[in-house]
Amino acid sequence: MKKLVISVALALASTGVMAKEWNVVRFGVDANYAPFESKAADGKLVGFDIDLGNAICEKIKAKCVWVENDFDGMIPALKAKKFDAILSSLSVTDKRKEQIAFSDKLFNTPVRLVARKGSSLQPTVESLKGKRIGVQQGTVMESFAKAHWGGKGVTVVPYQNNDLVLADLVSGRLDGSVQEVVLADTAFLKTAQGRNFGFAGGNLNDVKILGVGTAVGLRKEDNDLRLLINKAIADMHKDGTYQRLSKKYFSFDIYH
Amino acid sequence: MIEIVQEYWQAYLWNDGGQLSGLAMTLWLLVISVAIGFVMSVPLAVARVSKNPWVRGPVWFYTYVFRGTPLYIQLLLFYTGVYSLSVVQSSDLLNTFFREGFNCAALAFALNTCAYTTEIFAGAIRSTPHGEIEAARAYGMSTFTMYRRVIIPSMLRRALPFYGNEVILMLHATTVAFTATVPDILKVARDVNSATYASFEAFGIAAALYAVIAFFLVWLFRRCEMHWLAFLKPQSH
Repeated sequence: MKKLVISVALALASTGVMAKEWNVVRFGVDANYAPFESKAADGKLVGFDIDLGNAICEKIKAKCVWVENDFDGMIPALKAKKFDAILSSLSVTDKRKEQIAFSDKLFNTPVRLVARKGSSLQPTVESLKGKRIGVQQGTVMESFAKAHWGGKGVTVVPYQNNDLVLADLVSGRLDGSVQEVVLADTAFLKTAQGRNFGFAGGNLNDVKILGVGTAVGLRKEDNDLRLLINKAIADMHKDGTYQRLSKKYFSFDIYH
Repeated sequence: MIEIVQEYWQAYLWNDGGQLSGLAMTLWLLVISVAIGFVMSVPLAVARVSKNPWVRGPVWFYTYVFRGTPLYIQLLLFYTGVYSLSVVQSSDLLNTFFREGFNCAALAFALNTCAYTTEIFAGAIRSTPHGEIEAARAYGMSTFTMYRRVIIPSMLRRALPFYGNEVILMLHATTVAFTATVPDILKVARDVNSATYASFEAFGIAAALYAVIAFFLVWLFRRCEMHWLAFLKPQSH
């Protein structure tokens, strides 16, 4: 009995120490969102978020471990301690803030409607009436499309992942899709598959749904890690690491 | 928990803001695919046990392909693969059919369950007692009449417990339907999960709904067995 008590106490103590020091930071990521996070041909994770995460780890002198997880299960998995932080183009929203804490902003990407070139579609209810608009389930794009167009004669079709949305856009099942500008541009419009497609209308605006940008998602009780990451992000802006990494992927300002 | 039920019970049961969803969608998908699968599998099972290799072979190949590959891949092939063919896109009829995710899912599920059911029925035909066939022959029945009056009714009776199993497995298999954008029970659960992050409640309600359907199916097949397999019960007098 005594031995058991001691071993349990030791186990608790050792995890407590680990949590304070943050020798290892496990990031949850859904590698299905190039150029932010995707898998290279050799199975390695690549992308802007991955580079940012590795740079953050370097700054706080911790070892980065990447844990792959479906996007719609990200927050439950974070709370279940499958990993310590979400770094997967996670937009900051009020609803998510009820569940988890966020670091300072990482980057901000606008959201636009993507449609076939020359289709004259506009992101308004009148223009989209009777059309099918695809969105990835569980994203802010889905919330936006449902809130603004759903139930007003526009068929909003949620998909399990973004690859299926783009595949159906190409095959013609969908008339349009709400997409993040950077993702749509680099992963779709610039590829051979997406060359007949383009943005329709300007940026979609709804700060309440779309949020102010993306950040690292953290458990509320891990305030120490949040402060460490915030300091690392600030340092990266100061010493030019952030600018160097963002130039690798984007030709425009991804932060403001 | 109560708030989730209050807010989402309609989506879970039958309607997700204008379209069929949840329980109603799962049941509709199950009924249509199992019905098509059943109707097709009876003649296919007869062909499967044929002595002629040119009749038996293609059916063997069909059941081999559909039982040998995962249902999820079959669904992806019918949903994304078939629709990307230019033959399908250029034909009005095929285009309208394959444009709808529901049709693709129903077709994939029907062909899949049909393959399994064909093998179940073919096995039951093979194990038909010799005496039944001898008796049919002694009455001077033609092969067609013998199948219609003796072999198929007897086969359906003996296959009933195994068939009930297949239907329940099919119910669980419908959970992959959301890949083809069909809003089944699991899709609603995912919606609730991503809106509230209450994973246990969201998926728990879905599990309970599947359990209720399975319970109903078990009860239904139990009744059918009592009715059609009554002759197997120990006689009391």
